[in-house]
Order: sequence, then structure tokens, then C-alpha cells
Amino acid sequence: MDDLLSEFLTETVESLDVVDVELVKFEKDPNNQDILGNIFRLVHTIKGTCGFLGLPRLEALAHAAETLMGKYRDGAEVTTEGVSLILISLDCIKDILAELSENEVEPEGDDEQVIAQLHTLSEGKTLAEAGQVPTSGASKVEASAPSENASDDTAAIKIVERELKPGEVTLDDLEAAFLSAPGPDEVDEAPKAEAAPAPTVDAAKPAAAPKAAAGEEGSQKRDKALQPQSIRVNVDTLETLMTMVSELVLTRNQLLEILRRQDDSDFKVPLQRLSNVTAELQEGVMKTRMQAIGNAWQKLPRIIRDLSNDLDKKIDLEMVGAETELDRQVLEMIKDPLTHMVRNSADHGLETTAERIKAGKSEVGKIKLSAYHEGGHIIIEIADDGKGLNTAKISEKIIANGLASEDELAKMTENQIHKHVFAAGFSTADVVTSVSGRGVGMDVVRTNIEVIGGNVDLVSVTGKGSTFKIKIPLTLAIVSALIVGVDEHRYAIPQLAVVELVRAHGDSEHRIEKINNSRVLRLRNKLLPLVRLNDILDLPHNPITIENEGGNETQISEDEAEAKTSDVKDDIEENGFIVVIQVGPQTFGIVVDRVFDTEEIVVKPKSSLLRSIEMFSGNTILGDGSVIMIIDPNGMANQISNDMGSTEIEEVSNEEKGNRSGKTTSLLMFKAGSDEPKAVPLSLVTRLEEIKISDIEPSAGRDLVQYRGQLMPLLYVEGHREMNESGRQPVLVFSDDDRSMGLVVDEILDIIETQLEIEINVPQPGILGSALIRGQATEIMDVGYYLPQAFDDWFERRELGESYKQKRLLLVDDSAFFRNMLSPVLSAAGYEVKTAVDPIEALKLLRDEPGRFDIVVSDIEMPNMDGFMFAETMNKDKDLRDLPIVALSSHISPGAIERGREVGFYDYVAKFDREGLVTALKETLETEGEAA
Amino acid sequence: MSSENEIAQEYITLVIANQLFGLPILEVQDVFMPEKITSVPLSAAEIEGVLNLRGRIVTAINMRRRLGLDDSKNTDEIMAVGIEYNDESYGLIIDDVGEVLKLEKDNFESNPTNLDPKWAQVSAGVYRLEKELLVILDVNKVLNIIELQAA
Repeated sequence: MDDLLSEFLTETVESLDVVDVELVKFEKDPNNQDILGNIFRLVHTIKGTCGFLGLPRLEALAHAAETLMGKYRDGAEVTTEGVSLILISLDCIKDILAELSENEVEPEGDDEQVIAQLHTLSEGKTLAEAGQVPTSGASKVEASAPSENASDDTAAIKIVERELKPGEVTLDDLEAAFLSAPGPDEVDEAPKAEAAPAPTVDAAKPAAAPKAAAGEEGSQKRDKALQPQSIRVNVDTLETLMTMVSELVLTRNQLLEILRRQDDSDFKVPLQRLSNVTAELQEGVMKTRMQAIGNAWQKLPRIIRDLSNDLDKKIDLEMVGAETELDRQVLEMIKDPLTHMVRNSADHGLETTAERIKAGKSEVGKIKLSAYHEGGHIIIEIADDGKGLNTAKISEKIIANGLASEDELAKMTENQIHKHVFAAGFSTADVVTSVSGRGVGMDVVRTNIEVIGGNVDLVSVTGKGSTFKIKIPLTLAIVSALIVGVDEHRYAIPQLAVVELVRAHGDSEHRIEKINNSRVLRLRNKLLPLVRLNDILDLPHNPITIENEGGNETQISEDEAEAKTSDVKDDIEENGFIVVIQVGPQTFGIVVDRVFDTEEIVVKPKSSLLRSIEMFSGNTILGDGSVIMIIDPNGMANQISNDMGSTEIEEVSNEEKGNRSGKTTSLLMFKAGSDEPKAVPLSLVTRLEEIKISDIEPSAGRDLVQYRGQLMPLLYVEGHREMNESGRQPVLVFSDDDRSMGLVVDEILDIIETQLEIEINVPQPGILGSALIRGQATEIMDVGYYLPQAFDDWFERRELGESYKQKRLLLVDDSAFFRNMLSPVLSAAGYEVKTAVDPIEALKLLRDEPGRFDIVVSDIEMPNMDGFMFAETMNKDKDLRDLPIVALSSHISPGAIERGREVGFYDYVAKFDREGLVTALKETLETEGEAA
Repeated sequence: MSSENEIAQEYITLVIANQLFGLPILEVQDVFMPEKITSVPLSAAEIEGVLNLRGRIVTAINMRRRLGLDDSKNTDEIMAVGIEYNDESYGLIIDDVGEVLKLEKDNFESNPTNLDPKWAQVSAGVYRLEKELLVILDVNKVLNIIELQAA
């Protein structure tokens, strides 16, 4: 039997049993919204699945029953008659299911009578009024059921929607009427609704029939007798097994510890064996619980295919990370929400083909599903490149549903408004299709995810699409962790997040340096922000006493003495290990005193009393029996960015209003000349140095300093040439190839991570523009302006290269900041640069004058048309096909690179990787040259 | 405390700072001497830390701090009563464990109105014993309130 079908049968029969029980409960307690909500969801799920499997009879029945229940949910009075009728329809569903499991085909016949009765009740009439006779089994129905005239407007609309045929009242009209009639004004609506006939079964059937035939044909080929070689085991049983195994591991470790202290022991061999068996047992038990997330995704391609037919949209489903393993229990819980969300993306997220073409997008809509581990969590992302959430419509709904007042709404950021789609009973779909749109969707999703201790978040950009991000903690799993120590405390850091370990020593090249109070480490020509574990955990640190302090102080000048003392202090205080952690795009180092082993640890959930501490993801028992806390790299990353600038959070969310996706930039803040802070992208800075004033050698009108065996020119921020009289002066070093220049500054302030909203309005040399950073106007330096000053030949020298011909380059980027930053860099590398703000302008430039450019560099994330589409378009154009194009992106992932190659990018470079870009350009052009 | 309490209930008595407390015996899993408690940074002050009790991770609550008292001077011999709450294991750290008492409802009354709020927060009432008073601890309250504070 078709996997999908057999699974559907098992699930549905289970659900129906629950519905039976719940309905009876509900009849006794009609005011219990929880029970009703539960029933409604179950029936909704049944209906949805039927639709995809091509089971029109079941779907029609379930839909009619759901409509009636929807009415009850909206507050209509519950009657025995109604409940009996729903029970009857459930019985019908069960009968059909029974046939289905035998023959794999929906039996012939229709359920028009039951459906018609369900509709009658949905419209607020009783069966007696409508002159309908209850069907079999409905003899229990009491004819004395009270009449219900309070017709609910939303229910009425739902009925009409299903029956919509050309020529009838359109939904938009109804919606308009509904919106223009505030307050309980159903009288207007009801007649319209009732005026329409109710031949729903007929309407639903022909559409779904061909699909059913196709689906069933395929399924019949499968071997029906194929039974999986597995048994169902209660998860609790596995859980207990796991606990016992953990304890066994613990005991084993203790025994081994004892053995280590005794030389010649008879226990040695049997213990070795015990140890091996334990390890295998542990692995085995672990395996019973772990499954690849791909198992939960199996159904999706088919669902998308069918949806694509139903909705007449071209949809491309991309799945990344199917092999990511997660706990079986978690997987089960996540399955339905995931299916639902993918459906939602297809149904509501993506536009129709026609709309897409109009918006200048590729006609194939894309849904990308990805799963990966991040710290101790599993992240599942569902991204579509559709129209994004409709903020205005959501706002309307929020007001209409009384979730917030107008005032409150006005204060919300766009993102906060979007989050209301997770509220119960919230659906913004105009049309209630059989696919989705009844408002059960997202709240079920959220509930299911929260049950397993996860959370769900969304980012939506109008016109670009929405991304839902589900984060599920690994509640029970064995992970490899690095055990680190601070003072006498030990902590575990999940190995997954650890990139490398660096030993910091005052004398070695890895020296912890301080910028104001922020610690940084120079690591491979980059500055790595550091945080001390005891600081972030708020632990009292036992400072090691400073020896030799003030030893031969009298012999050196005061300035130097001070510098020396603080150096010494830093050296001693700052010796230790740096654990380099990567969380998403963020990389930072944690300074610890000691690093022990890597151990396989059993993650145990932390007590609910400790749940609010986001710094820890759980705790574990080590081999020696002691309990240690497991650090959550995500929580720590959050904490660090909070510490770095808690005020930014608000600014960022405000900036998101400005339609920006979350591009953040690390900036080095400093002061030079004026009191106003200045900033430069940290990635452009090679090093931070402090030079002795006495080392500066004036020569031919400018200042030079010995630096790494070369003379490095020093430059001053435009118009400020003041320096300390003696002592030391901080200098930012910028390097390119083997040349360096130093920019003299007064004071280095901080390193911050922020979203840059740069305003180019300062006609001042050396300044790109200003930006509001931490509420303060900050000048962003134009490094490109200073480079040619340092070396007169900075531009020219490359031109002198062999057979040099200046190459013409077109730079496409929607961000003015990057255009302005990269143009000088590329000019400096010897290109003649022209910029375009988007692919559309770029294509115009390219087509207007074929052969004008030698190479194109394009951003990936851009509105209207993204870089991938741009490359595809170029590839299709015979004049542009051979023009090399290099992608530039702030998000580099293997998937994106792969995609980039597919659509025709010659190379894929990270946005701030200047050197990488120049090299890539050179290589690309060289290869081109050879090929030509 | 409803009608079922007409029947005598059994309590384990505990000593915290020379005051006698009682816990319903059904709530108590075991009594143990906590070893190697790992402190948890950033946690509420009442949380002494976490420890390993036969393979389970137990969250230890410092009852003295929970009651707003100073820490005990005698740190050598601390005792803990293990309780299960919402499928999680907790250990209440106390000074000493006494005996099991069977107490008649007649001698029970609600908290005196002038009881320190910190104590009233965790106490279900008081038994008048012959020689002294026994304050009954309400496990829900002892644990719940910390949760609220921490949240």
C-alpha cells in the first residue's frame, strides 16, 4: 500500500477515536472551548490530508463537519442534533476509511444528505425547519432543538466561499461589505449568504476526481502485505532505558577510575569488556531514539506537487539537511506543524505565476526547507520567496479580533505585528480554501512546538518572502562537549559550536588586548571579540596576585611605567584558553582558565527553576559523578550582543521597518580629532597597533613608522593632525597585499555589531556618510579615500603590470554603503568601476552597450530581482552569456554556493572579503582570457 | 486542607534554624546527605545548586535562604529531603531530620497573621505540639514561588 495512504489511515483512525470521545465530552460541556478546539483541529487535519490524497468524498464530509464545528467555535449554541449529526458524519468517514483500507479506493456513492444537513445546521436552522429528515442513526435527535437565528457572519462567508462560481457574489465584494460594516451587523450579510444555493458536493467532486484516480493507480502497484520490521515501543520505556544506560556509563567510568589506580588487577580484562559492551549499548539505545528529519519530510514533495496543481502555481521545493538527526519524539511532534507550514507557504506565501511575473520574479516560486544544528538546538527554517506577510491586513485582523488596540498597534514594529499570525484563530487568507485559512494553522504550529520546549519565529519582507524559523532544543541526546574550567567550576560547551581553541599568553602572538573594556584577540588578521566566562556568568573571579608590581619603576618615565604595570597585570590576568565559538553568523571567543577533555555527555534538561537562565541549555553528569551545567552558545551569543549594545535592539527593529533584511556589520568605533565618534567596518581593519610617538620618522612631508620590517606611512583623519606629545598613539592598520598604511586616531572606543543605515549626505572627503549608532551620529570613514594618499601609486602600480589593460567592471548592489565601500577598493585593484543599484538597471546598462564591461560583480540579496535570477537572466541572453559574473553575499553557505554555480556565477565571495574578491576577479578574468 | 484531614496525617519533621517544620510523608522521596553540589551561576539565591543523586539530577533548594535566614555556620553535616514535583527532583537543604509524627487535625490551625511574610508564603499552617510548634511546609509553594521570582 502507498506509504502515504497507510500512514493516513492509521493516523485518521486514531484521530477519529479521539474525536468520538471528545465529542461526547463536548456535548455534556458545550462551553468548553478547549475540547471544541481540539476536535476542530483533528477534523481540520483529516480534511486537509484527504484533500492531498485525492479523497474527495472524505474531504467533502470532513469539510462540512468542520464548518459546523467552526460555527460552534465561534459561539453558536450547541445542540444535540448538531452533535449527533457530526457523529453520524464521523461514522460515515469511518465506513469510507474501512473500505479504503481494504480496496485502497474510496467507495462509490455520495453523502449528499448528511452534508446538506450539516449545512442546514451551519446556517443556523434546525433540520425540522428545513424539512429534512435525519438519516440513519439520527433517531436520537430531538426535534425540540431550539432554533438559532443568530447567524454568524464569518460562518456565512465561509459557506459562500466554497460555492463560489462565476457570476455569483464575489468574495471581494463580501469582504468589502464585511469590512465596511463594523459591529454586529450580520443582517446585511445573512441574506446574501443564504441566497446562494448549497450544492457543495457537486462543486468539490469533479475537481478532485481525476487526481484521485491518478493517485490510486500508483498506490495499487505497491505490495500491500509489506509489513515494516518494527514494533511500537512506548517512548517512556526508551526514556527509562536511556536513563539506566546513562547510569551504567557512569558506574563504568567510576570503575575504570578505580582500576587506573590499581596496577595489576584481575578486574582489568572483564572491566575492559564491560566498558566496550556499555559503549555499544549506549550507542544502540541512542539510535533507537534518533531519526533523520528527512523522515518527516518524505510527504512534502508530493504535497507540494499536488498543491502546485491545485493552486496553479509553479513551486520548487528545496530541502537541505534532511540527514540532520533528532530525537524520535521531537520528530513526531514537529511533523504536523512542518507539513502545515509548508502548505501555508505554498498557499499564502507564494504568489500565483502571473503575479510573480508581474513582480519581476522567476515564475517558479521557491520554498526552502532547511534543518541544521546550531549550538544545542536544531533549527528548521521554512523560507519562501513569495510576497511576504501583509502587514496592513494583519493589523486589521489584530484590531478586529481585539488582540490589541489601535494605540498599541501603532507602537508595534512590523515584526511584532507579524508575530500575531501565531495567535489563536488568526487567519489572514481572504479565501478559506480547503488547503488552509481557517486560522487553526499557525496557532497549532506554535502550540505543538512549544510543547517540546521550542520556539518559532518569523521574518517577513514585503515582496521578498517570509522565513519561519523553528528552534527545538535537544532535550535528550548525547552530545560531544568540551569541558572547560574557570576557577574551581567546570562547564560543558557543545563541541558543535566550538571552532577552535587558542592558547592566549602575554608573550606569544596570541595576546588578549583591550579596547576600552572590550577584550579582543588578533586571530589570522581578524579581531575576535572575547568575553571572559566568569564575567558573563557573573562569577566572582579570584584574581591572581600581581607579582613584581612596581619593581624597577623609578628607572622609567611615568607614562611608560603606567603602561608597563597595566601590561603586566593584563598578562597575568589574561593568560588562559580561548574557546572560539561560532553561532550562526556570529563568532566570538570565550576566555577560560583551563580546558579539560572532550566528553560524550548526556544532555539532561535543566530544572524548571533554572529554565529562565538562557545561558545554559541543560546539565549533565560527568564520569566522576559530579553535575555540571551545559553552556548554550546561542544564549551566550545573545547575551554578548546584548552586552555590546542593548540599545541597538530597538534600533534594529525600527530599521527593519525600512524594509531591510537583517544585515549587520561589525564596526570599529574610534575618536579622531573631534568628539564625535567615527566608525569603520571592522573587517577592513587588519590590525590595531599602538605606536610609540618617538618611533615616528618624518620624511618628505609625511610621517612614517617602522612596521614589520617595512616603512609604513601614517595618515591622519582629514584635518586633524594632533597627536600625543609622547607615549603611545593608537593606529588602525589597513593592509593590502604587502603594503600597509596606518590611520592615526585619538582613541579606540569599542567594537559593535549593528545594522548600518548610512546616510550619504556629508560632502566631505574621507567620510562615506553618517549613521546613527547607539543613538549617536557617527561618521563612517571612507578607507578608499586614504589608500591612494598613503601610496601615490596605490592605483597606478598595478597598471604597470605585464600586458595590462584596465578591465571594466559593473558592480550591482542595492546597498549604497557597499557600493561606496567597494568601488574604491575595486578601483584600487585596477578596475574601471560602474555601479548599478539593481539587476534591472544593470541589465539595461549591459544591453545598451554590449561589450562595455569585462566582468560583473553582483550582490545576492536584492529586492525585485535577486542575484540568482540576475545570473539566470544573463545566462539566457546570448549576448551576455559569456560575460563572467561573480557573486557577492553576506550569507555564504554551501547550498548558496552550489545554487550560485548552477545559475552561472563564476565565483562566490563573502561581502567583506576584499582580498578574496580581488583574487576571485583576477582568477575569473584569467580563466576567461585563457579560454578565449 | 479539606474533610479528608479528619484522619490523622503523617509528617516528617525537619529542623531549620532550630525551628521544627513538617512535610507530609507522602511527599518525601528520601532523605540524603548532599555531596558535591554544583552551584548554578545566574540562578536565584535560594537555589543552592545541582547534584547527582543516583543518576538523577537534583536541584537543591537552600531552605534557610528560602525562609530569609542566614546561612548555617555548620556546613559539615547538611541534610536534604528529596521530593518529586512535576516529574523533577528537588532537594530541600535543611539542618536536620527528626522523626515521623502522626498528628491529629484537632491541633492544626492556619498561619498566625503576624507570621513573617516569607514564612507565610511557604507554610500551609501550624500544628500545636506539646512542647513546641510545628510549621507545615507546602511543597507547591516552596517551589512555585521561586519559579515566579525567577521568571
